[in-house]
Amino acid sequence: MAAKVLTITSGKGGVGKTTTTANIAVALAALSYKVVCIDADIGLRNLDVVLGLENRIVYDVVDVVEGRCRLRQAMIRDKRLPELYLIPAAQTRDKNAISPSDMVRLCDELRNEVDWILIDSPAGIERGFRNALAPADLVVVVTNPEVSAVRDADRIIGLIEAEEKGPARLILNRVNMNLVKRGDMLNADDVLELLAVELIGIVPEDEAVVVSTNRGQPVALDGKSKAGLAFQNIARRLNGEQVPFLSLDEKDGFFARLGRMFRTGGA
Amino acid sequence: MAGWLEQLLGKKDKSAEQAKERLKLVLIHDRTDLTPHQLEVMKNELLEVISRHVAIDPSAVKIDMAQDGREQRLIADIPLKPANARRR
Repeated sequence: MAAKVLTITSGKGGVGKTTTTANIAVALAALSYKVVCIDADIGLRNLDVVLGLENRIVYDVVDVVEGRCRLRQAMIRDKRLPELYLIPAAQTRDKNAISPSDMVRLCDELRNEVDWILIDSPAGIERGFRNALAPADLVVVVTNPEVSAVRDADRIIGLIEAEEKGPARLILNRVNMNLVKRGDMLNADDVLELLAVELIGIVPEDEAVVVSTNRGQPVALDGKSKAGLAFQNIARRLNGEQVPFLSLDEKDGFFARLGRMFRTGGA
Repeated sequence: MAGWLEQLLGKKDKSAEQAKERLKLVLIHDRTDLTPHQLEVMKNELLEVISRHVAIDPSAVKIDMAQDGREQRLIADIPLKPANARRR
C-alpha cells in the first residue's frame, strides 16, 4: 500500500474544515479503504469530538513526535468502521510543539500501512498550516459562498501553489440553495470563476450536520441526508470516479427537473 | 412590470452579484500586491515613456489588470494618433 496524504485546509476558520475531514474520512472508510486522520490543530483539537472519539484518547500526535509512545498507540480505532483511525491533536500544547519535518516523518511511517492519510489543518497561514501542508500529496481547500471565506481561500490557494503542493481542489461548503435562487448567495459557478481551481464537491447547508455533530456521528455514516451524500460523492471523486454534482434544489418538482435539462452540469 | 423586467434581465442589484464584483477587484489586488493608487502611478509613468516616442491620446489609453485563470495580466490598449496628426 502507498497511502495518499490529503490535507484539508481553508485559511478562514469556521468554514467546516473539521466536519469535512471527519466526513471524508468516514466516507473513504465506508468504501473499504484504510484511513488515518490526523488532527494538526495543536491546542484546539476538535476532530475527536466531531468523530465521536473524544473519550478514547490516551496519547496524541505530540506524544508520538516527542517519543512518549509508539505511533500505533496513538491511533484510536473507530469501532463503527473497521479501518478508520484517528491520531488526535494535543490540547495543552501549542502549534510550535511539532514541525513540518515531524509531520513528513510521521506520514512516511504511515504510508505503507494505510490507503489514505487525512490531515485536518488549523485555520490561518502560520506554523500549523505549514505543518499540515508539508506532507501533502493532495490539498483540498474548504470555503463557504461568502466574501471573506472566498478571499481567504484565494490567498491559501496561492500559498499552496507557492509551496508546489498545487493545484488545490475546492469544496464549497454550506450552500443554501434558497439564497442562491434568490440571487443572495454566490453559486458554485461564481466561486469557480473567481478562484479558478478544480471543484471536487458542493455540500449543501443541512441541519443534519448540526444534529450529527451533536451526537458525534458524522453525516456521511449514512447517506440519507443531502450533506452526507455530498461527502460520500467527494470520497468517490477522490478515488478517480466521475460522479455528477448533486442537485441542491429543495423541491424536486417538474420545473426543477425541466430546468436541469437545459443546464449543463447542474448545481 | 419594470421590476419584473429588471429581475429577468439585470442581476445588478442582487447581493450575490455585488459580492462577485467586489471579490473580483479584491482578488486582483490581493494576488498582485498592487493597490489601485500604485496602478495609477505606473500608468502615468508608462504614458510618459511611450509619448516620448510616439504620439498618443492619454485619454484613450486603457491599462488594467485582468484575470486569466489563476494568473494576473496587465493589459494595455494604447491607440496611436495617425501620422499626419503627428506632423502638424
